[in-house]
Amino acid sequence: MGTETVHALRKVSLEIQKGEYVAIMGPSGSGKSTLMNLLGCLDTPTGGSYELNGLRVSEMNDNQLAEIRNREIGFIFQTFNLLPRSDALRNVELPLIYAGVSPSQRRKTALKVLTSVGLADRVHHKPNELSGGQRQRVAVARALVNHPSILLADEPTGNLDSKTGAEIMALFENLASKGNTIIVVTHEEDIARQSRRIIRIRDGLIASDETVTR
Amino acid sequence: MNWFIELREGLSISWGAIRANKLRSALTTLGIVIGVVTVTLMGTAIQGLNGSFLKSISSIGADVLFVDQASWFIHTPQEWIESQKRPALTLAMAEELEKQLTLAAAVAPVASDQATIQYKKRHSAGVTIVGTTENYERTSGLTVAAGRFLTAGECRGGRPVCVMGADAATNLFLNDPPVGQKIIVGPHQFEVVGVLDKMGGFAENGGIDDQVIIPLPQYNHAIEENPSYEFQVKAGRLDQMDDAREELRAVMRRLRHLAPGVPDNFAINQQDQFLEMFHQVGGTIGAVGLFITGLSLFVGGIGIMNIMFVSVAERTREIGVRKAIGAKRRTILLQFLIEAACICLLGGIIALGIAWPVTLLLNQIMPATLSPLIVGIALLVSLLTGLLSGFFPAWRAARMNPVDALRNE
Repeated sequence: MGTETVHALRKVSLEIQKGEYVAIMGPSGSGKSTLMNLLGCLDTPTGGSYELNGLRVSEMNDNQLAEIRNREIGFIFQTFNLLPRSDALRNVELPLIYAGVSPSQRRKTALKVLTSVGLADRVHHKPNELSGGQRQRVAVARALVNHPSILLADEPTGNLDSKTGAEIMALFENLASKGNTIIVVTHEEDIARQSRRIIRIRDGLIASDETVTR
Repeated sequence: MNWFIELREGLSISWGAIRANKLRSALTTLGIVIGVVTVTLMGTAIQGLNGSFLKSISSIGADVLFVDQASWFIHTPQEWIESQKRPALTLAMAEELEKQLTLAAAVAPVASDQATIQYKKRHSAGVTIVGTTENYERTSGLTVAAGRFLTAGECRGGRPVCVMGADAATNLFLNDPPVGQKIIVGPHQFEVVGVLDKMGGFAENGGIDDQVIIPLPQYNHAIEENPSYEFQVKAGRLDQMDDAREELRAVMRRLRHLAPGVPDNFAINQQDQFLEMFHQVGGTIGAVGLFITGLSLFVGGIGIMNIMFVSVAERTREIGVRKAIGAKRRTILLQFLIEAACICLLGGIIALGIAWPVTLLLNQIMPATLSPLIVGIALLVSLLTGLLSGFFPAWRAARMNPVDALRNE
C-alpha cells in the first residue's frame, strides 16, 4: 500500500490435519483474510511454502492453482456469491463444469448434493427467489459438490440472522462429523467456539492455538 | 475441459448476459448493424458494376486479337510519340497474315472514319463508316437482324452495298425498313443489304450499333485511298489464345523484317487489356469505397469494445467467484470473447436482413445481387469485429486477481 511494504502475515507456521474442524479468529487487520486467501490458494505467499495434500501449492502457476481450487477447495463466502442469473442447480453445477464433468453426470451429482442440504424442492429457484439461509445452503452445496479436501468458510453467518445462522452452523457440525475438513474464519467468539480448535491471529502472527473445551 | 464444452458454456453464458441487458445489447448491436449494412451494400454495388462492365466488354470478343499501330492504352507521352513514328499497317500485310497464320480462324483488315450519311431528306452525322472484308462478320462477333452481311464477292468486287448497325439504321430510317433502300455515304450511293442486331456495350469506335459497314475497295474509293488499318484476327480456339498471339507476333515481325532483339513496331491488343485497366481503376475505386464504409464498421467495433469494458467491470465480483471456484484464465477470456462475438454476429444477421431488401431496390438502378460470397464475407466480418473488439476487455477480465475481484462491490 502506498510506498510502504506491508506484510499482512509474518512468520506464520501452521499445520492442519485431515478431518479437523478449525476456526481462525482475529480482529480486522490481523491478517486472517490474507491467511484465508493463502489457505484457499487464491494467492501465493511472498516467502515460505504451503503444502496441501502433499502438493507444493506455493510454487504453482495461475492455471495450476485454478485447478487446485476447483478440486481441493470448497469456498463459502459471507455474501454467498452465487451467480444471480442462474438457478440453484446451475450454481451448484459450476465447479463440475470447470472440472469437465459431462452434463448428465453433473446434473445428477448437483441434485444429490442439493438434496443433502435440504433444498431438493428449490433447485430451479434463482438466488433472488431464495432466503438468506437458503442461499448459504446453496453455497455450501456448491462447495461440497467436487468433494474438496477443505471447506473454507469466510464469516459464513455474517449476513444471516441468528436463527438461520444457527442452522448453517448445525449444517457445518453435520459435515464435520462426516469427516470433512472445515476451516471457518470469523471474528465472532461464539461461532469460533463451535469448532474443535481455535487459532487466534494478531498483527500478522499466531497469538494462540488451542483446542476447544466444551 | 475441451474446447467444445467451453464454447457451449460460453454461448449459454453470453446469451444470458445479452438477454439480461436487452436495451444495452440492442444499442450496441445497432452500431454493428449500420456498419455491416454499409459495407455489404458497397460490396454489392462494386460486384454489380464489375459484372455489368465485364458483360459490356465481352462484346469485343475474348478470342479476338487486334493488330494496331499503337497499343490501346498509352501510359506516357514518349510512348505516344514513339508509336506515331511507326510504319502504317498495309493491306498487303493483311493478305500475308491470312496466308501464313495457322491458329487464326479469320483475319479482317478494318479501316474506319466518321462521316455523314443521308437517306432521302434525313441526315445522320458522326456515323462510323467501316471498310472491311466479309471476315468482319466473324471477327466482330456481330449477328444479322434483317437481310444479310456482305459477301466475299461483294468485298472483292467492291459493289456499292452496305450493312447498317442497329442504331445507325433506326436513327436514319426511323420506322422504314432499311433493307433494299439506297443511302448516301460520302459522295456515293450504297444499297442497304442488311441490318445488324443491337450489340450494346462499347468497342473501340463507339460500337457496332452506330456503324455502317462497306466493302474495303469501296471505302478506298469513297472515303480514303490509303487509310490506316487495324487487323482483327480471330483465334481458332479460345484456349489457344496465347499461342495464337505468339504466332501472330512472330509473323508480323517477319513481315516487318525485324531482327531479334529489336522491339515490335506494331501493337497487338486484346480484350484482356481492358480488363486489366478496369481492374486497376475499379480496384482502386472499390478499395476507397470499402475503406470509407469500413470506417463506420470500425466505429461500431469501438462501441462493442466500450460496452464490453463496462460489462467486465460490472461483473468483477462474478469473475472473482468463477476464478475462486476453478475457472482458468482462458475460460474467462473465452466467455467474454464469445459474448462480444455473439453480439456482433447477431448484428451481422440483422444487417443482412436489412441489406437484402435494399439490394432488391438497388437492382432497379444497376445490377446488384446479394451473392453467397458477400453474405459469407459480411458474417465473417461481423465475427472478426466481435473478436477483435472484445479481445482487450476479455483479456482484462482474464487477468484479474481473484482476491481483488472478490473484494469488489
